[in-house]
Amino acid sequence: MSETKYIPKSKIAKWFDSRLPLLSLSHHLKEYPTPKNLNYWWTFGGILTFCLITQIVTGVILGMHYVAHTDHAFESIEHIMRDVNYGWLLRYVHANGASMFFLAVYIHIFRGLFYGSYKEPREVIWIIGVIIYLLMMATAFMGYVLPWGQMSFWGATVITNLFSAIPFVGESITTWLWGGYSVDNPTLTRFYALHYLLPFLIFGLIILHIWALHVPGNNNPVGIDIKKNSNETMPFHPYMVMKDLVALLVFVIIFLWFVFFAPNVLGHPDNYIEANPLVTPTHIVPEWYLLPFYAILRAIPSKLGGVIFMFAAIFVLMLLPWLDTSKVRSSVFRPIYRKFFWVLVVTVVLLGYLGAKPPEGIYLILSRIATAYYFIHFLVLLPLLGRYEKTDTLPMSISDPVLNKPGFMDKFKKAAAQYEGDDVSSFK
Amino acid sequence: MSKETTPKRRDFLFTATYTIGAVGVGAAVWPLIDQMNPDSSVKALSTTEVDVSNIEPGKTITVLWRGKPIFIKRRTKKEIEEAAAVDLKDLKDPEKDSDRAKNPEWLVMVGVCTHLGCVPLADKGDYKAWFCPCHGSHYDTSGRIRKGPAPTNLEIPKYEFINNNTIKIG
Amino acid sequence: MLVLLNRIIFIIFISVISFSAVSEEVNKNYLKTEWSFKGIFGTFDRASLQRGYQVYQEVCAGCHSVQHLSYRNLSEKGGPEFSIEEAKTIAAQFEVEDGPNSDGEMFMRPARLADKFVKPYPNVEASTAANGGAYPPDMSVLAKARSGGADYIYSLLMGYENPPSGFELDDGVYYNKYMAGNKIKMSAPIMDGIVEYADGTEATTAQISKDVTTFLVWASEPHLEAQHRMGFKAIIYLIILLTLVYLSKQKVWSRFGSKQEAEEEEGFDKVEKIVTKYEGEDPKTFK
Repeated sequence: MSETKYIPKSKIAKWFDSRLPLLSLSHHLKEYPTPKNLNYWWTFGGILTFCLITQIVTGVILGMHYVAHTDHAFESIEHIMRDVNYGWLLRYVHANGASMFFLAVYIHIFRGLFYGSYKEPREVIWIIGVIIYLLMMATAFMGYVLPWGQMSFWGATVITNLFSAIPFVGESITTWLWGGYSVDNPTLTRFYALHYLLPFLIFGLIILHIWALHVPGNNNPVGIDIKKNSNETMPFHPYMVMKDLVALLVFVIIFLWFVFFAPNVLGHPDNYIEANPLVTPTHIVPEWYLLPFYAILRAIPSKLGGVIFMFAAIFVLMLLPWLDTSKVRSSVFRPIYRKFFWVLVVTVVLLGYLGAKPPEGIYLILSRIATAYYFIHFLVLLPLLGRYEKTDTLPMSISDPVLNKPGFMDKFKKAAAQYEGDDVSSFK
Repeated sequence: MSKETTPKRRDFLFTATYTIGAVGVGAAVWPLIDQMNPDSSVKALSTTEVDVSNIEPGKTITVLWRGKPIFIKRRTKKEIEEAAAVDLKDLKDPEKDSDRAKNPEWLVMVGVCTHLGCVPLADKGDYKAWFCPCHGSHYDTSGRIRKGPAPTNLEIPKYEFINNNTIKIG
Repeated sequence: MLVLLNRIIFIIFISVISFSAVSEEVNKNYLKTEWSFKGIFGTFDRASLQRGYQVYQEVCAGCHSVQHLSYRNLSEKGGPEFSIEEAKTIAAQFEVEDGPNSDGEMFMRPARLADKFVKPYPNVEASTAANGGAYPPDMSVLAKARSGGADYIYSLLMGYENPPSGFELDDGVYYNKYMAGNKIKMSAPIMDGIVEYADGTEATTAQISKDVTTFLVWASEPHLEAQHRMGFKAIIYLIILLTLVYLSKQKVWSRFGSKQEAEEEEGFDKVEKIVTKYEGEDPKTFK
């Protein structure tokens, strides 16, 4: 893992590094050999780290002004929006930041699905990633409850009520979650505490995620193993740092466009109505990034069945490294799988669309078809494809395209042709 | 190929990028810091108007302003004369009474001891004015420190009479 | 480049699905009118805001609260921008509860700039009971609480008409073209001349509706102009920075390219040397 041992220049640096090797760590990260053929889909890890830091910083600051009590929550957020210096900016960054965080994580996940990043030996990285995704969803769900609008309250009611579907212990668990007999102040205060906590757990998992990644090294678009210290890699700094920065700036432009010019388009107007336990909104919907799971939940006719399938949809992701039996990593060389990959993308987007529609008529039928495809894709198609798909030939190295540079091979062939039959050892 | 690029031109691009980047970082960080400054609802409460028409000569009232106690005392002639007669040389923090009470009948002071912040008690102490029980500071009828560990006189806030009966503080 | 084309089509598909899901309600045919605050350079028409405040106060405030607004907001930048004195005078017309005094009693006093707008009813239940069981919603963020926003509110105010034949309406329920379900318990609040504008603007139903809607949009988003100003600067700045960073990235990466070429050249030179050594041929013939 450590390529060259880092020797700090100054005496102080040596003293410190020998006691806590932070400088060595920093050197390792800077010099980390990264495949030179990574494309821009690989920049989303860095973008996600930026999103987490943004959410934590704006979140802690909002926490200085927010009041977690049913009588004051909505009002305290209006206070933030109106009175706190730049409060409107902090609130909109945090709310839209959550959406951007999920946009980035979905691109990051689909990148993994396309390029086989979850395959051996990167299974643990992938599983940690799924756990991070779960924690993100829990954090976002609880965060959305805090403004105590109509959607906050009713979304919390619907989702916590799901636990009552569990046989025998369901009701007790739900009461335990609520801290009462319905979603009310005790629920709000504990959601606040946990919403503040979870991101730091996510942060810890990200460190493990990157640590696990640095054992085998990054995957790459071609999906073949590369040697770490070769001309096939480049040090992370400055090359990948600069590339990540370009991608991050594009991302931030889109992010800030939402914040300044369309800050409420991704949200739901009903959440600007104060929570009222006596009035149910016509359509209860979660935020867009949870819609696909909401669609799966409502596609299954039984309450418990819906819950099971919804969690199974996430759990099946964890099993992916073992469901996909193909020896070939990257979809670049898997022509059939590639088509099914895009079908999966369309399916998930469709599920998202259907999650916002009432679960009836054509919407319900399509939700069931899409849910069926989702599970068939992972549980049936992938194992079968692994065995029967005829994959394209893999290149010898990731530099293959470079060796095709005009003239190079000709020169070599010409020289070699001259010396046919000679003792090869004399060439050294 | 790139070796032919003069170092000057190459550095300029990077320097320009760093500089412009730094401006952005500064602009992004400022709201994170400024949000902790008093917000507009707090700033709106930064002035208080007090009706003083019911205060008799010799009496002191205490009102809350910006979270702190304010002593408003309507002084008697005797108290005003005592305060004016003090020799500045005897004062730890020399200040003329007329500078502290523009309208000598009215004394308006922040009731926070300048030593460590306790609230002094009225009509107590060696000067029959204010006495701080925490560490024994004595203030006179002009609110000036005469004895004890406090370093300076009781603070005079910004105030004005907006009419005969009302003082606006702040 | 077929790949690129496929990608573009895919992105369009995703955007269309997401956009149509998001802008669902905008498809309703709301009444069209020009809003000065729409668009990235939008600003509020100050005179309209001041008139709108007057409409709120004279027509709506009897039933609808705007409890998150403070009187000082009327004089702050980005809003109706009444002078401080005008705002103080407005506030002083209303009484707020204060206390306890030194006797332990609560008392009423004239409102000041720092106070929140007074509410017509002390709580939601009182308001509901006094209005035939229908709660007149607080309007502090109403423009954000209804999909369609300004267009919806304006259309609703203008949307009272006779119900189609056979449409059943209970007592105290009115027909409105834009209300969900077409039934609304608020009678038409706006009529020609129901207010007399201080600035002499003709007080038609359309004008009054427009002014009060503008006021309500400001009430929901008092910092809108600052948002737009800052947003414009931020995006321009980021585009400039992106260009610089991209050029820097290209420059940094070109170093790696030449390093690669240098290594290849080096490798080829070695081969060339060895080959020449064993043959004596002129290396120039290899080019």
